[in-house]
Amino acid sequence: MSCGVLAITEQVDGVFRKVTYEALSEGRRIADGLGCALSVAVLGSGIKGSAEALGKYGAEKIFVADDPALKEFMTDAYTNVIAGIAAKEKPRMIILGASFRGKELAARLAARLAAPIAMDCTAVRLDGGKAIATRPIYGGKILADVELDGEPQVVAIRPNFMSIAEVQKAGAIEDAAIDLGKIDLRFVEKKLETGKVELTEADVIVSGGRGMGGPDFSVIEKLAEVLRGAVGASRSAVDEGWRPHSDQVGQTGKVVSPNLYVACGISGAIQHLAGMSSSKVIVAVNKDPEAPIFAKADYGIVGNLFDVVPLITEEIKKAKGL
Amino acid sequence: MELIVLLKQVPSTESFVGVSEDGKSVKLGDAKLVVNPYDEFAVEEALKIKEAKGGSVTIISVGSDKAVEAIRTGLAMGADKGILINDPAANNCDGLQTARILATVIKSMPYDLIIAGQRAVDDDNYVVGSAVAEFLNIPSITMVVKETIADGKITCEKTVEGGTVTVESPLPALITTQRGLNEPRYASLPGIMKAKKKPLETKKLQDIGLDAAGMGSQKTKVISFKLPAERKGGKIISGETDADKVKALVKALQEEAKVI
Ligand SMILES: Cc1cc2nc3c(=O)[nH]c(=O)nc-3n(C[C@H](O)[C@H](O)[C@H](O)COP(=O)(O)OP(=O)(O)OC[C@H]3O[C@@H](n4cnc5c(N)ncnc54)[C@H](O)[C@@H]3O)c2cc1C
Ligand SMILES: Nc1ncnc2c1ncn2[C@@H]1O[C@H](COP(=O)(O)O)[C@@H](O)[C@H]1O
Repeated sequence: MSCGVLAITEQVDGVFRKVTYEALSEGRRIADGLGCALSVAVLGSGIKGSAEALGKYGAEKIFVADDPALKEFMTDAYTNVIAGIAAKEKPRMIILGASFRGKELAARLAARLAAPIAMDCTAVRLDGGKAIATRPIYGGKILADVELDGEPQVVAIRPNFMSIAEVQKAGAIEDAAIDLGKIDLRFVEKKLETGKVELTEADVIVSGGRGMGGPDFSVIEKLAEVLRGAVGASRSAVDEGWRPHSDQVGQTGKVVSPNLYVACGISGAIQHLAGMSSSKVIVAVNKDPEAPIFAKADYGIVGNLFDVVPLITEEIKKAKGL
Repeated sequence: MELIVLLKQVPSTESFVGVSEDGKSVKLGDAKLVVNPYDEFAVEEALKIKEAKGGSVTIISVGSDKAVEAIRTGLAMGADKGILINDPAANNCDGLQTARILATVIKSMPYDLIIAGQRAVDDDNYVVGSAVAEFLNIPSITMVVKETIADGKITCEKTVEGGTVTVESPLPALITTQRGLNEPRYASLPGIMKAKKKPLETKKLQDIGLDAAGMGSQKTKVISFKLPAERKGGKIISGETDADKVKALVKALQEEAKVI
């Protein structure tokens, strides 16, 4: 049986996304449990400089594939290059973030390598050398423990869920062989909001639902701002056209795991809960004391959100000395 | 355009689902079975493309007898024909095995574009679409919110964290759906009547020339199911005025929950 855990980084314009460090840290924990080495594959263009710092997150070896063709994440080129690295290194496990890009890469890679795969995992444990991954299914109503039989085991971890630990290791840089292989996909453009906290990475999310009564989300935005959080929405608010689809939290929206989730004017339908019930602390503000959201919230305030939310904003400002 | 939609029947998202006492299986009770919501987007998009460019829409599903109903729903929306792979050996497949079956069926057919859901809302696996594309050796683009087809190419806007990326691919290709792509139509009454007469073939694995060896071994196995820890919840903060409640809340968030 081979040893070694290979983590995969995710970068946008040369900057690693947070889930990179989560995958490295979880990879380090697993490698320690197996008594194996942790290496990391870094793909990008002009990325070598930033790659060096990854030794800090526990990587013994850093394989760098630095090529203009790898500037943007393109599933085919990335799969080809990583499959090449995997064929040479024969890792026992490949670990990466289950972000939008990561899920696509993980699925394609697993099919290419005829490898077992566990998507969107919230825990990975070792049982006599075997990896068992826990993943939410049925929109989080059930947790499945999944055994991965064969190698390499592809494990994609839920973003914003696992902790980041700094452990300095050698971090020796090695240029990876870059065989781009057959490429069909062509990058056209990307439109990314800058300066906005991304929902799936946010430590704090303040969400509004139908109780907002209209597109004016300013009370929510102000609270999010003092908490340096992101603004989310229920599907009803999105369907009303008050917020973009990209803000939707839930079964058919985004699955989020912030430290703090504040639900304002949201009833707590099962499809909404599917997207946010793995939040660490949930606060609900709703004028209906019978709203189901209160059964899931750690703290609830019964009241009119237009009165209560601005008071919370002020109180937090005071507490933070703002 | 020859369009193929991969469609799975799943319990509706409102359903109660539980776990058997020994933790070895999921209990569905009398859960209502529906078309996977992301596959409804797939049917709708295929119909729109057909309406604009001509061609036909074929729905393929791996499932039990009950899945006939889900395929009929797609036919009632306007798809032309359905293929159900119904075989006991396909019951407990992992994602790659299901993809292997689907890819085997598709290999014997003409196709320009395959549309799958980004995930099935029962197993939340996000695997089958991309894996089918890999097995067919064609490009795939997931989480598509907008597509246009011209000159043998498809250009897709897809969701990523913080925004969208636009990618172009030659056809044939496979795409998966994301909310925002379209609003699926309802099946009309005439549509439902017509669907009853549309071709729906049921096949076994041997009919598509696939045996156990061809399917590959099951590498991803669920060994147990459990319910997530109940959130305690229910702590409603009391107080005379909103201001009192808010003070107590912020104090608790700072001192008890330590999240701010
Ligand atoms: C297949 C499927 C997928 C779905 N996916 C999702 C999903 O991804 N995400 C999602 O959110 N939903 C989803 N839904 C919809 C879901 O079932 C609910 O309809 C939706 O979540 C309700 O949104 P809401 O809580 O904002 O609205 P409502 O249920 O209408 O609740 C509004 C709440 O606001 C309160 N309120 C009103 N005014 C005030 C005020 N001034 N102050 C305080 N409180 C006030 C009310 O008491 C009420 O509790 C899905 C449904 C289906 C069938
Ligand atoms: N049994 C199946 N039959 C047909 N299509 C399927 C099946 N399972 C999955 N799919 C397709 O693959 C997508 C992703 O499913 P999954 O990888 O299981 O989350 C679904 O939305 C369907 O389009």
